[in-house]
Amino acid sequence: MVRYLVPLIVFLGVAGFLLKGLELNPREVPSPFIDKPAPNFSLPKLHEPEAQFASKDMLGKVWLLNVWASWCVACRSEHPLLVQLSRANIVPVYGLNYKDEPDDARNWLRELGDAYVSSLIDYEGKVGIDYGVYGVPETFVIDKQGIIRHKVIGPVTPSALDNCVLPLVRKLQQATAQTVVKRTEVEGCA
Amino acid sequence: MSSLKPGIVLLCLFVIAPLALAKEAEYMVADPEMEKTVNEISAELRCLVCQNQTIADSNAPLAVDLKNQVRDMVESGQSQSDIIDYMVERYGDFVRYRPPMKASTMLLWVGPFLLLLIGVVVLVVNLRKRTAVIKNDGDLSAEENERLQRLLAAESSPQVAKRGDLSSQKAGEEKS
Amino acid sequence: MARPAAQVHFILVAVSFVCLMYAFIYNDFSVKYVASVSNSMLPIQYRIAAIWGGHEGSLLLWALLLAVWTMAVARYSRNLPLDMVSRVIGVMGLISVGFLMFMLFTSNPFDRLLPAALDGRDLNPLLQDPGLIIHPPLLYIGYVGFSVAFAFAIAALLGGRMDATWARWSRPWTTIAWSFLTAGIALGSWWAYYELGWGGWWFWDPVENASFLPWLVGTALVHSLAVTEKRGSFKNWTVLLAIFTFSLSLLGTFLVRSGVLTSVHAFATDPERGVFILGFLVVVIGGSLALFAWRAPKVGVGGRFGLVSRETFLLMNNVMLVVAAGAVLLGTLYPLLLDSLDMGKISVGPPYFDAVFLPLMVPMIFLMGLGPIARWKQADLPDMASRMKWAAAVSLVMALILPFVMGEWFALTSLGFALAFWITSSIVVSMSERLRKTAGNSGGAGLLARIAALPNAYLGMNVAHIGVAVFIMGVTMVNTYEVEKDMRMEVGDTVTMSGYTFRFDGVTEVEGPNYKASRGQILVTVDDKTETVLFPEKRVYFVQTMPMTEAGIDSGLFRICMCRWANRWATVPGVCVFITNPLWAGFGVAPS
Repeated sequence: MVRYLVPLIVFLGVAGFLLKGLELNPREVPSPFIDKPAPNFSLPKLHEPEAQFASKDMLGKVWLLNVWASWCVACRSEHPLLVQLSRANIVPVYGLNYKDEPDDARNWLRELGDAYVSSLIDYEGKVGIDYGVYGVPETFVIDKQGIIRHKVIGPVTPSALDNCVLPLVRKLQQATAQTVVKRTEVEGCA
Repeated sequence: MSSLKPGIVLLCLFVIAPLALAKEAEYMVADPEMEKTVNEISAELRCLVCQNQTIADSNAPLAVDLKNQVRDMVESGQSQSDIIDYMVERYGDFVRYRPPMKASTMLLWVGPFLLLLIGVVVLVVNLRKRTAVIKNDGDLSAEENERLQRLLAAESSPQVAKRGDLSSQKAGEEKS
Repeated sequence: MARPAAQVHFILVAVSFVCLMYAFIYNDFSVKYVASVSNSMLPIQYRIAAIWGGHEGSLLLWALLLAVWTMAVARYSRNLPLDMVSRVIGVMGLISVGFLMFMLFTSNPFDRLLPAALDGRDLNPLLQDPGLIIHPPLLYIGYVGFSVAFAFAIAALLGGRMDATWARWSRPWTTIAWSFLTAGIALGSWWAYYELGWGGWWFWDPVENASFLPWLVGTALVHSLAVTEKRGSFKNWTVLLAIFTFSLSLLGTFLVRSGVLTSVHAFATDPERGVFILGFLVVVIGGSLALFAWRAPKVGVGGRFGLVSRETFLLMNNVMLVVAAGAVLLGTLYPLLLDSLDMGKISVGPPYFDAVFLPLMVPMIFLMGLGPIARWKQADLPDMASRMKWAAAVSLVMALILPFVMGEWFALTSLGFALAFWITSSIVVSMSERLRKTAGNSGGAGLLARIAALPNAYLGMNVAHIGVAVFIMGVTMVNTYEVEKDMRMEVGDTVTMSGYTFRFDGVTEVEGPNYKASRGQILVTVDDKTETVLFPEKRVYFVQTMPMTEAGIDSGLFRICMCRWANRWATVPGVCVFITNPLWAGFGVAPS
């Protein structure tokens, strides 16, 4: 009598999904921007507020955009790694100073070291909204064509950097306009 | 429910006496009608940093920013679907509390009604089969029934039993 | 053996509960759990309620209540066959073993903290409310109570004695558990209404759904048990429902405590706990469903009934309730399902549930009016139609007219009124038919005496059904006629809504036992006569310094007045005011 087994089978199916669900993080929201063009913006620079930075100027280069703020506790923990990264001169790192007081931000960088080629003031958080930022820090990997290839949610960890971000950056830097490199090609980014 | 909680010590530091001149209070927002639309749209959107709240309900900074964004967009005359599309473009389908209809959510939207259909079909098939089984195997069921009646004689109310029996007799006559 | 064992089990669990309570009352912060959810400044009633204010302690409450139910079964089962009693108590004992192991291995409430903390981190201010004292225990009594029905079902399956008697034994237990769960949910909803002060009372949050699922299936079970007891039919189905109801209680525990879903009321979560409960779920639910698959095919079909009969109506009610539960479960788990298949992340929230739930409930409530007046075995549709024609006419007329009387007509409002009056008038029909029958026998006895003479189960059913009618009425009124205004109020400002005038009389600084508060005072008058005074507060607790707002609320039978602070950071007395004038009432509870 198969029909009496139906409840058991359905339940075991549900239990299987629940087991899988235990490994997932329900609060992590994947970015819809992966493999989509990075929204254009133009913002004043933190260290020279009169000068504007336009994201268009970065076309032709692979770069990282790190969203940070002086009020963000987790940013403090990832910052030394970013400073190291910028010293290694592998890839330019730009900072999006998100909803922060510029004075606080400058003091923070003075204290912890400046990892950024330049930091950009997003005082009202409008660019943050355009990039779908929902937690700070977040780090976007943007390729030569201005397409977002990856987003790290939360602090960049050494293993995320070594296994995903850097290999991806290298592949993107080697790519030509004709070859498309997606993050799925890097094992560590899965 | 009173807002006075047991065990509260009241220390009145100052009380402002009611003023003689009372005026009508002003709205918190410039345009209450528009605010209603803003709230309706906000109630469809999820606050991403909260545990599980709409941006209408949440006071988290991001929720406030997004609500302001919604207000700006309503002010500039954009429709609800424009605004929701704008949010989905940035935060993905996750931001919508009303999931969109697409292949992966088809089961979600159709499921409940499919379940209902299955339920009704199973019910009807079972009832039919039951009637057939009981007709073919009437003795057993009658015997069972009798045992049941004996067991329940003390419990069941006389009206119900009597009424049930009468109606079944009547039904039997009608059927045959 | 089983009975004394159940008693010893109860005593031992009770001793550990009392120990934990002692640690809370005497502020023993060397107990990690006490240090994490209590504080020496916390008033005594919240120190006691804080026992179930966190994961570990609420689990102990679970275990304690299970022990209480087990002992109650042991005590009030003197006239049951011994083998049945020992099976029932055995099953409940096994569940208890599972929970106690869970506590010991993953969440021991007595873990030490050495050196002891100087003071505790305090109970979450949101929970410092009379709601915490009664809501969780009521809810848990309900959840855990379904274990009795479950144990009876398993015992019946094991013993192969699937006659109507087991239904008769387990029915009162189920009804009691169901009543507690109903009261617990209603209270929680009321708590959310005034504590969160958003004017919402049901948010379709996963945790709310986790309590609603066993309620829906439990409601089906209560009805199905009635049929199995009275008519000996749908035995398999009833057993399956008993298993489902308790399984959904357990599933709720898993959802709330494992962190697979995000929820406003989630406990601090830990994947290890999730794995443990999931394993437990698989053993208990999987085992009992396997047992069901093995034993159920041998069960007879039971009493005969026609296609149109009360049995059929009750089966349809069961189908609707189970489908509704299926829909809620689908909506709750769907994001998890998609995520684990890597098909994207979505959110399923109130707009979805409202859209899906309402169309399922409307036919079910329509049937609710018909079921009680249908005869067992064989009902006659034309006969029912003629008995219900006045009821139908009354509900239609009320549905059409009442919204105009209230001010404005909306289709959904009309529908709500129609359903509420449909249930009510069906009860009136059924009651008056019954009373007319007894009128002759009891001679001159008064109406009330005659009503009291009706069977308890019948009265209980009607109370519960009227509760549903009142609930539908309340929901309809709140959704349609609630008036809310967000006003910036300076001292002396007034706002008038639906004839009620609210005047803001200023702010007082008050000090509570463990917080300081700014307390607004708002005088509500109707035609210059004082109606009530509201005290919305903004509190800052000493330990967890996040400001909190408490709405000022006054609820009457036909209206609720409520005021709250605009937000927790407002320093100027910007107080939002809103009033509803609904007939707001909770669910009826069926004593039977």
